[in-house]
Amino acid sequence: MIEIRFHGRGGQGTVVASKILADALAKEGNYVQAYPEFGVERRGAPVFAFIRVDNKPIYDKSKIYHPDHVVVVDPTLVEAIDVTEGLKDGGYIIINSDKKPEDFKLPSNYKVFTVDATEIAVKHQLGTLAAPIVNTAITGAVVKILKLTKLESLAEAIREGVPNKAEDNVKAAIEAYEKA
Amino acid sequence: MKKVIMGNHALSYGAMLSRSQVIAAYPITPQTQVVELLSEMCADGTLEAKFIKVESEHSAMAACLGASLAGARAFTATSAQGLALMHEMLHWASGGRMPVVLGNINRAMAPGWSIWSDQNDSLSERDTGWIQFYCSSNQEVLDSVIQAFKVSEKLMIPSMIILDAFSLSHTYEVVEIPEQEKVDGYLPPFKPPFRLTTEEPHAFGGLTSPDHYMELRYKLQKDMEKVPALVDETGREYEKIFGRRLSQVDDYRCDDAELILVTSGTAGYTARVAVDELREKGIKAGNLRIRLFRPFPFEKVRQIVSSAPKVAVLDRNISYGHHGIFYQEVKSALYGQTAKPTVFGFIAGLGGRDITKDHFKEIVEYALSKDKAEEEIVWIGVKK
Repeated sequence: MIEIRFHGRGGQGTVVASKILADALAKEGNYVQAYPEFGVERRGAPVFAFIRVDNKPIYDKSKIYHPDHVVVVDPTLVEAIDVTEGLKDGGYIIINSDKKPEDFKLPSNYKVFTVDATEIAVKHQLGTLAAPIVNTAITGAVVKILKLTKLESLAEAIREGVPNKAEDNVKAAIEAYEKA
Repeated sequence: MKKVIMGNHALSYGAMLSRSQVIAAYPITPQTQVVELLSEMCADGTLEAKFIKVESEHSAMAACLGASLAGARAFTATSAQGLALMHEMLHWASGGRMPVVLGNINRAMAPGWSIWSDQNDSLSERDTGWIQFYCSSNQEVLDSVIQAFKVSEKLMIPSMIILDAFSLSHTYEVVEIPEQEKVDGYLPPFKPPFRLTTEEPHAFGGLTSPDHYMELRYKLQKDMEKVPALVDETGREYEKIFGRRLSQVDDYRCDDAELILVTSGTAGYTARVAVDELREKGIKAGNLRIRLFRPFPFEKVRQIVSSAPKVAVLDRNISYGHHGIFYQEVKSALYGQTAKPTVFGFIAGLGGRDITKDHFKEIVEYALSKDKAEEEIVWIGVKK
C-alpha cells in the first residue's frame, strides 16, 4: 500500500488533484481511497488531502499518519508548516516551485523534487494570472516521479473529472510529466 | 461500471438506481452532497422523481410520508441535529407503516458544535421502530439502499442507512455501480396494499382507541422480528445478481478467536487490519462487524461470539449513565446462555476523534491481560 499526503491552500484545487489521481489509479485496476482533511475549508488556509492505493481492498479507514510521500502544491507551506511530519524515511517530497530542490533545506533522508507547475498552469491559462490553478499540472509530475500510472490514464481521468478547459488541463499535465 | 465516488454519492446512486420517486430533503453538513447530486439527477432527467424543497428536516420527512402514503417510493437524507428535528416524524413513519428509506450521516450531537462523526444521533432514534443498517464502505452504502427498499417495502417498515461523517461520507472509494436493468430485476416497483387516492379514499393515522392501539404495536414488533431472516434472504438474492452478499453481520476470522472485537461503521473495517496484524504475531483475534443494529441480530451475535472466551465491544456512542449502546446489546444477547464469554466495553472516537488500528491493539491487549474489566467503561484515547 502507498499512502500520499497533499499540502495546499484552500482554493487551489488540492482536493481535486487527489481525486483525479485516485481516478487515474482506479482506471488501472487499483483499489484507492481519497479524502480531504476532515474539516471546514477556508480559502487560503492550509488544507490537506490524502490518498491510499493498493492492489487489494483497503480496509483501514483511519487517517494517514505516516505517509510514504508528500506533495506540496503551495511552496510557501514549506516555511509555514512541517510538511515532513510523519513522513517515512526515503519518502519523496514533490514541491510546486521554480526553485531547485536543494534550496528548500529539507532533511537529507527525503528525496526532494521540484516542478514549476505554476508556470505551466499560467502558460495554459488555467485559472487567473493572480491565482493559477495548478492541480492538474502537479498530478502530471506526481505520476511521473512516483511511477504511479501511465500518462494516458491520468489524461483520461482529467478529461472526465475537470469540467472546464479539460484539454488545456491535459496539456498542462503532460508538460509537467515531461519536465519532471 | 466502476467509479470512484464519495460515500454521500453512494447514497445518491443507491436512491437513483432504486428509482426513488420522491426526494425531499434539507441540507446539512456532512450530508449536503447526497441531495446535491440527487437534485442534479432530477433536473437533468437521469432520475424521474419529484424533488421537493422544504424548510426543515421535520418537513422533509413529512413530505416523504405523504408521498409514501400515496404509493411513491420516497428517499431522504440528513444528519445529527437534522435527524433530531425529524424525531416526531420518524415515529409517524414506522407507526404508520410507511417504508421510507433515509440516509443518515453519523455526526456528533451539539453542543459542543461538531460536524464530525459519532453514532449518538442515529442511536437516539433506536426506539422509533426503524430498521437500522450501519455501513463500512461506499459500496456497502450503495448496496444497502437498494436492499433496504426491498426489505422495507416487504414489511412496510422504514429503514435508515447509516454512515460515518467524513471517513465515509467524504471519502472516495472505488464503487461498482450496478446496471439499472439488474436493479429493476431485484427491486420491483413499490405497490403498497393501501394508498392515498381519490378513487378509493382512506384515512391514515387517525385516532386509535385503547381497544386497537396495542395490536398495531404488536404487529409492528412481529414484523420487526421478521427482518433478520429477510435481510439474509434478500442479501443472498443480492449476491446472486450482483456478486456481493449482504448480511446481518460480517464475521472476520472469528472461528478460532480467543477474543472477538465487536464493531460497527468504518471502525468495523479498520478493526480487520488490526486483526490481521495481531494474527501475524500469533494473537488469535477476530472481528464481528454489526451491520443490522435494529432489529438487533441476537441469534447471529450469540452464534458467533459464544465460541470465544472474550469479547471486546467498541462503541462510538454512549448512553449517559449507562454504557456504550452496542455493549449493552451484546451483553443482553448473552444473558442466560450457557456459554458466556467475558464482555468488555470500550468507548472511542466520540465527536470524530480518529479510531485507528493501534486503538484496537490497545483494546485487545487490555482484554487479554485481564480476567474482567476493571472499569465498566474503558475509555480509549480520552484526555483525563
